[in-house]
Amino acid sequence: MAQAPTDLTRLAGYELAGLLAAGEVSSVEATQAHLDRIAAVDGEIHAFLHVNDGALEQAKTIDERRASGERLHDLAGAPVAIKDVLCTIGMPSTSGSRILEGWVPPYDATVVARLKAAGLVALGKTNMDEFAMGSSTEHSAYGPTRNPWDTERIPGGSGGGSAAAVAAFEAPFALGSDTGGSIRQPAAVTGTVGVKPTYGGVSRYGAIALASSLDQVGPVTRTVLDSALIHDVIGGHDPHDSTSLKREWPSFTAAAREGAASGSLAGLKVGVVKELDSEGIAADVQARFQETVQVLTDAGAEVVEVSCPSFEYSVAAYYLILPAEASSNLARFDSVRFGLRVEQQGQTVEDVMAASREAGFGPEVKRRIILGTYALSAGYYDAYYGSAQKVRTLIQRDFDAAFEQVDLLISPAAPTTAFKIGEKIDDPLAMYVNDITTIPANLAGIPGMGLPMGLGDDGLPVGLQLLAPMFEDARLYRAGATIEALLADRWGGILTTQAPALRDAAPSGSSATTAGGAA
Amino acid sequence: MKAKLMDFDKALELFEPVLGFEVHVELGTKTKMFSAAPNPAHPEFHGAGPNTLIDPLSLGLPGSLPVTNETAVRYSISLGLALGCEIATSCRFARKNYFYPDTPKNYQISQYDEPIAFEGQVEIELANGRRFTVPIERAHMEEDAGKLTHVGGSTGRIQGAEYSLVDYNRAGVPLVEIVTHMIFGAEHDAPELAKAYVGAIRDIVLSLGISEARMERGNLRCDANVSLRPRGSEQLGTRTETKNVNSMRSVERAVRYEIQRQAAILADGGTITQETRHWHEDTGVTSPGRPKSDADDYRYFPEPDLLPVEPSRELVEELRAALPEQPVARKRRLKAEWGFSDLEFQDVVNGDMLHLVDATVAAGAAPQSARKWWTGEIARVANERGVEAASLVEPARVAELQRLIDEGALTDRLARQALEGVMAGEGSPAEVAEARGLKVVTDESALVAAVDDALAAQPDVLQKIRDGKVQAAGAVIGAVMKAMRGQADAARVREIVLERASS
Amino acid sequence: MSEITREEVQHLAGLARIALTDDEVTSLTTELSQIVDAIATVREVAGDDIPATSHPVPMANVLREDVVGETLTHEQAFAGAPSHDGERFRVSAILGEEQ
Repeated sequence: MAQAPTDLTRLAGYELAGLLAAGEVSSVEATQAHLDRIAAVDGEIHAFLHVNDGALEQAKTIDERRASGERLHDLAGAPVAIKDVLCTIGMPSTSGSRILEGWVPPYDATVVARLKAAGLVALGKTNMDEFAMGSSTEHSAYGPTRNPWDTERIPGGSGGGSAAAVAAFEAPFALGSDTGGSIRQPAAVTGTVGVKPTYGGVSRYGAIALASSLDQVGPVTRTVLDSALIHDVIGGHDPHDSTSLKREWPSFTAAAREGAASGSLAGLKVGVVKELDSEGIAADVQARFQETVQVLTDAGAEVVEVSCPSFEYSVAAYYLILPAEASSNLARFDSVRFGLRVEQQGQTVEDVMAASREAGFGPEVKRRIILGTYALSAGYYDAYYGSAQKVRTLIQRDFDAAFEQVDLLISPAAPTTAFKIGEKIDDPLAMYVNDITTIPANLAGIPGMGLPMGLGDDGLPVGLQLLAPMFEDARLYRAGATIEALLADRWGGILTTQAPALRDAAPSGSSATTAGGAA
Repeated sequence: MKAKLMDFDKALELFEPVLGFEVHVELGTKTKMFSAAPNPAHPEFHGAGPNTLIDPLSLGLPGSLPVTNETAVRYSISLGLALGCEIATSCRFARKNYFYPDTPKNYQISQYDEPIAFEGQVEIELANGRRFTVPIERAHMEEDAGKLTHVGGSTGRIQGAEYSLVDYNRAGVPLVEIVTHMIFGAEHDAPELAKAYVGAIRDIVLSLGISEARMERGNLRCDANVSLRPRGSEQLGTRTETKNVNSMRSVERAVRYEIQRQAAILADGGTITQETRHWHEDTGVTSPGRPKSDADDYRYFPEPDLLPVEPSRELVEELRAALPEQPVARKRRLKAEWGFSDLEFQDVVNGDMLHLVDATVAAGAAPQSARKWWTGEIARVANERGVEAASLVEPARVAELQRLIDEGALTDRLARQALEGVMAGEGSPAEVAEARGLKVVTDESALVAAVDDALAAQPDVLQKIRDGKVQAAGAVIGAVMKAMRGQADAARVREIVLERASS
Repeated sequence: MSEITREEVQHLAGLARIALTDDEVTSLTTELSQIVDAIATVREVAGDDIPATSHPVPMANVLREDVVGETLTHEQAFAGAPSHDGERFRVSAILGEEQ
């Protein structure tokens, strides 16, 4: 740390945490730096729906505890951004929907409670597609988030806010949720890292449910090690979530450090899924992928092709299971106990519920609720929902067979670089097929990571996806950190260091207060 | 709204009644079915204020998740076993989707295609000695809904209300729903069978100790399905489902009413609408609810937030070994133990007082004394007030009352006065006796003086006694008791009368 | 080609309690037909011999001890409520009967 006044927002999370732990930087300084950055750029990016006005106070408490000699967690005092899908005491939690505008939960999601317990400081809540339905964050009721690499473009979705926040150096760490790629795909198009853990590896308690059997909370960061650090904090068994796994997990931080240090992939067998290497992948994405395969090979990995024939049905199965579960999960938004109520004198509660849901839900949410209601209706259940669950079995079998041959699977994390805002908004089907590469992992419950693998012809980030067998999240971190280090060597630093500088657009402070998103 | 009814016997001449029951049992666990919020059906939490027994799941808050209550599962297995059911090696929960303001998630977590218990039977015995086997289709676990209060309008009912208030304390209370197969062959006994069946379930639940099973509190709720088919017809008639039957007596009345109502319609060439009907305790009629329609598309699907329950065979056998005896066997045993005559025992059973007498005996009363209280004074008051005997007084208090008599502290008459106070909520029998100054006069000289006065007033009686007609003493004893305002021991008075008459 | 009718969409909207506008019914009728066509392919591979997977990680008997946990205060419960009387949540008159 030669030049003292380093821009704290430019540091990797682990670097900042190191300075905090060493007492060289205070949490107040770190938090303030990020709040300043948010104030400077978020008017343009719109990654945040709400900025925590208690952040500095919480940072001060951490500094005081440290000063008093208390032994704190390695990440204590570091700022973190939280996807708005997660319940947070004292901060609105809207899941990007008008129907929850201004709703402040009386309880913290387990992952949020764990971050708090470790002393991380919440910067605020990040934007997302409404109820996490979307791949672009254009379906947020509070307006789209913009990609820091090109603000005309989408940052991916549904967790575009968290990905953009870390890509724009507004936060070193963020939380996301991944139902069909909502962590990995935004990572791909913003040049950041994101991990969808094994289903049940991280508690869903307090995560506003989209599709219960697919949802998984995970880290969003700029480096693999940073994701590992967050995963170690939020992961592990939670008695409030029946689907939470009772397992002893290895240290993902240790795995990432080992991987970064080794520089070699010798002995690693890597599979390229034939069915994800298809015509839908853009040429430049394909080119970066081939180069990455070469990097892996050069580092000693053995790369082979594997076949997962049922993957071609995964999008169809996903768009049955997700809407079906979502149609039921979103039934609770009925204007009785919380959320928006639209009421006229003399209306029955039935009419009030229907009017409130009509006014509170956006078009994509309505589309999926109606589709899910259809899929579960008498007479259609077996053909649609029942069949989709069988496809799930087939996809699991495909993965099982593939992982008998290889240790890891790789594919592009998204078929293209970021598209332009508005480009696909009127074509839901085109939007849906975009998720082909990420969906199979959710259907099977296996862990996956998105990390940068270069830039496309348009100068926009291209992402690599790593998939590991169930429970083998550590393998993602070890290999991911090695690949990240190998690529960084070629690029002269991690990819986000190449991100264009953002204009200091907003007058100080004006952008950071869109509580619940009146904007 | 009074429907045309056909005479019951006539209805049975023309039609065969086919019955079915869905009984909901609230389990008395400490916490709710899927969350750690306190369970209002547990004695510790009776009388809690509205919306005080709630947590995020009870309100269906975004992000909340269910976790299954182990004790509720054990209770459900025990109940399934007591119903003679098989216990599933694996079962799962499903969501039943429908919008209603008392249902916080707008789906109920229930069981659909995989109930925890299935295919059993309940043996019941009717007053006429007829034994009947009710076939059980399934018993499944689910959660209760909240409670609505309708405000405004004239009736306090849902119709005409201006608005409604919702209390979610009950939302999530563990329920077991017991569904019977169709019950054929009840014939004239159909109404009594309905009552006896619900009574049998209540007895089973009580003997298992898994619920307080108080119908008036909604711990036990019965929906009765009734259909009729013309004599000689193989084809089943359209059924109605009568809800809101909140006492054993109502179950009997509601089934009788539906048979008479449907028979009148069918005999007139009309058709029965498949619908839910509501029983009105006050007027003794059922009224139509919403007709069943496409809107009853509950879109069941496996609950993704919960995992299958797979009861180990060891657990099932452990719970089976701990089962109490079956109601019919229990009845036979009690009758023998208590030494009641057929008539006495039938009186108890008909009055639905077996469990009350049993509890009173368990609390220390002699069986005959317990019987006399319940089928006598308490039944009289219950009848007078149109309420369930069980709601008037706790069995332990009745036993205490009898103990006070046995100890000579109260006479029968004083005890009845004490009971009146107990039923009025004035406290325990001893407390009431103390407060009301009820006690036996043991002052011999006062008794002797009263006897002498009575004998002097009735010289003809005195003569008769002296002539050896001892039974004539009754008139004098009565006068003495009256003079003492009942606060004397009649046996002792008799002794004194005979003594003084012969002196 | 799945033909989903306007009436069907209206019925689904009723089940889902959403007061769709006529325009929404129109566009959803078209979109739903297209989407259902695209996703109907799941039926091609779903043979009778293939078991359904409802949970990605097979587990069973995840049970909780019957021990009372934290409850919400009235203040917490009603903080986000559109209407209440301090003790209960308030809703407009109810048309339908209980389920």
